[in-house]
Amino acid sequence: MSPVLQGILTILIGVGGCIAYFYGSNLILDKLIFPARNDDHGRNINRATMVRPWLFLFPALFALSLYLIYPVIGSFIRSLYNRSGDTFIGLGNYVQMFSEDGFRTAFLNNVLWALVVPAAATFFGLLVAQLTDRLRWGNIAKSLIFMPMAISFVGASLIWKFVYANDPDIGIINAVRDYFGMAPIDVLQIPFWNNFFLMVILVWIQTGFAMVILSAALRGIPEETVEAAIIDGANPFQIFFKIKVPQIKGTIVVVWTTITILVLKVFDIVYAMTGGNFATEILPSYMMDFMFRDDGRATAVAFVIMLIVLPVMIWNIRQARSEMR
Amino acid sequence: MDNIAGQKSSLSIVSNLSVLLLVILWLVPTVGLLVSSFRDRDQIGQSGWWASMFPVEQAYRINPEPEGVQQVDGLYVLEGNVFGEGSGSVAAFGIQAREPSAADVGQTYTRFVVDVTEPDGKVDDIKLELAYPAGDAPVFPDVDEDGNKIMAETAQIDRSLTVMGNGDFSYASAKDIKRAPSVYIMAETPPEFTLINYETILGSAGMDRAFINTLTVTIPATIIPILIAAFAAYALAWMDFAGRGFLVAVVVGLLVVPLQLALVPMLTFHNKVGIGQSFLGIWLAHTGFGLPLAIYLLRNYMVGLPRDIIESAKVDGATDFQVFTKIVLPLSFPALASFAIFQFLWTWNDLLVAKVFLPSNSESWVMTVKIADDLLGSRGGDWGILAAAAFVSIAVPLFVFFAMQKYLVRGLLAGSVK
Repeated sequence: MSPVLQGILTILIGVGGCIAYFYGSNLILDKLIFPARNDDHGRNINRATMVRPWLFLFPALFALSLYLIYPVIGSFIRSLYNRSGDTFIGLGNYVQMFSEDGFRTAFLNNVLWALVVPAAATFFGLLVAQLTDRLRWGNIAKSLIFMPMAISFVGASLIWKFVYANDPDIGIINAVRDYFGMAPIDVLQIPFWNNFFLMVILVWIQTGFAMVILSAALRGIPEETVEAAIIDGANPFQIFFKIKVPQIKGTIVVVWTTITILVLKVFDIVYAMTGGNFATEILPSYMMDFMFRDDGRATAVAFVIMLIVLPVMIWNIRQARSEMR
Repeated sequence: MDNIAGQKSSLSIVSNLSVLLLVILWLVPTVGLLVSSFRDRDQIGQSGWWASMFPVEQAYRINPEPEGVQQVDGLYVLEGNVFGEGSGSVAAFGIQAREPSAADVGQTYTRFVVDVTEPDGKVDDIKLELAYPAGDAPVFPDVDEDGNKIMAETAQIDRSLTVMGNGDFSYASAKDIKRAPSVYIMAETPPEFTLINYETILGSAGMDRAFINTLTVTIPATIIPILIAAFAAYALAWMDFAGRGFLVAVVVGLLVVPLQLALVPMLTFHNKVGIGQSFLGIWLAHTGFGLPLAIYLLRNYMVGLPRDIIESAKVDGATDFQVFTKIVLPLSFPALASFAIFQFLWTWNDLLVAKVFLPSNSESWVMTVKIADDLLGSRGGDWGILAAAAFVSIAVPLFVFFAMQKYLVRGLLAGSVK
């Protein structure tokens, strides 16, 4: 069967199945199990009300447990076994991994990514958000800077391959160097600094995200505070840094952490640009080197990523709980 | 707000200019890709895309047919126009491939055979090439490169070429011209754009197949999680039951679980239950991975719906199922649209999940895999093809982005700030 037909069939079965499940299970609950008639119809309505949330939640909870909760445990257990998965080796994969240069490079590079990308994207996002705030063509400008968000990491990598290309007739960087009479260089092969050229791509993509959210936060600042500062004689820079930024600190933190989490997941850019060569490996791409070859090692790397994310996760849950109250 | 006190002009110019600069900086890479995708291989190799609006000087080799050769002053002469029937403008010309611009138009470029006297008095003959205004006599230098004395009076023409700006040429040779001679010219090529890259990429290169695969992955993987999440979100927003707060916290926690964790266990699981690497597998995987954000976004939105409407409907005897389908779902359209766009962009642009959960044969490649694993390797140096492939893969998301930006922004805001 062609995948297209299969796809259409899946949509029909999937959507139809979901509707049938939700409609049917509610019907069965109301009409068959706890019918709202006879002597105890009051009690039956109450019972039905107690069961119904779980009917609504069941498919989602099932999928979440299977695809996200079980893997946390499953991955951890798998990471304690060897390559073929039949021998328990305890923390062997981790010990082996930490002693390897490849992992250390990937880890350090990832730390660098997690420091630079969120900082740069948030900085540019805030800059654009503030500058476009009162601009007549601000919305067009924002929309254009936001655009890379729609582009895949692979597509973005290709776009930047054109910028970084060695040939001065293709790569802008080398065209500029050529103009000043310098020999062309492959920026992706300059040790250490090549990491930054890769980070530029993610910053390019994520600035739009930061901008959109920070721009909304700036709009939300009460006007009186700014007006009062102006009357007191504050200059625009003081208004920005002393009045506006402190009021949107919370949002800045949210943006920053969201991008940090993203940095720990994106393997596409390194994979497409350098394939992890020239010491540009980061943890997600390092993991993909072992995927399909050494599942024990791959899950161990994945679990290290999980451990790094964990503090953010706990912080998020705390925030959510305090808002619920 | 900033202008209340009247401090406008200079700061406003600065901010206008800096925004303009940033926008250009952000746009240049994409524009480069787009322009390059419409240029053929020769042009990309000849000039940067930023120069594509201007004519390019390009070297051509022309082999005029040896028809109508005449004998003039002991030389065989062939006359004609380098452009044949067409027209154009020659900038420079030459008689060797390595020097296509040895002489300017209007000059004659001749290879002489001339005797020289070496310092030790020995006489030898060398080949000497000179460019001089057409019709004038050549001016020989006194000595050649090696310092030998040139005896200009012994010069014999070996072959000679004169080309005018309009392409008229006259080729003379000491020997009879039986085969087509080679004439090299530098000519201005007007800017030219072509769809050839798109034809290649969608035809022989197999990107059409990858496009359909991407579409096949994306649509079910967008629709199914929305349905499942909408019901769950309603339960978490408007139904009372023990453990609701806990479940919300779980969903929030799952938002940041790295996908990488799920790859190995879920692929093993899929293999065990017989799904294996297949489209069904990737739909299920995308559904699972998309749910936390879906539930979170939809719940946040539904919680904000006015309590009165929902409660009065319940008082009128509507069941939860009816309240959900008749009231909450239609009212939540903006949030549903936001999530749909997110999930669409995410599944369309995904490389990781497709690499792991889809079979690795070329029939099942989605576009991102096709580009990253195939084209970047096999067509690595073919920039026009790569650009066209990239643009094919980003065209649909870009369209969705610009058409539905409002919902995307709204979704981002609901997901991050409260």
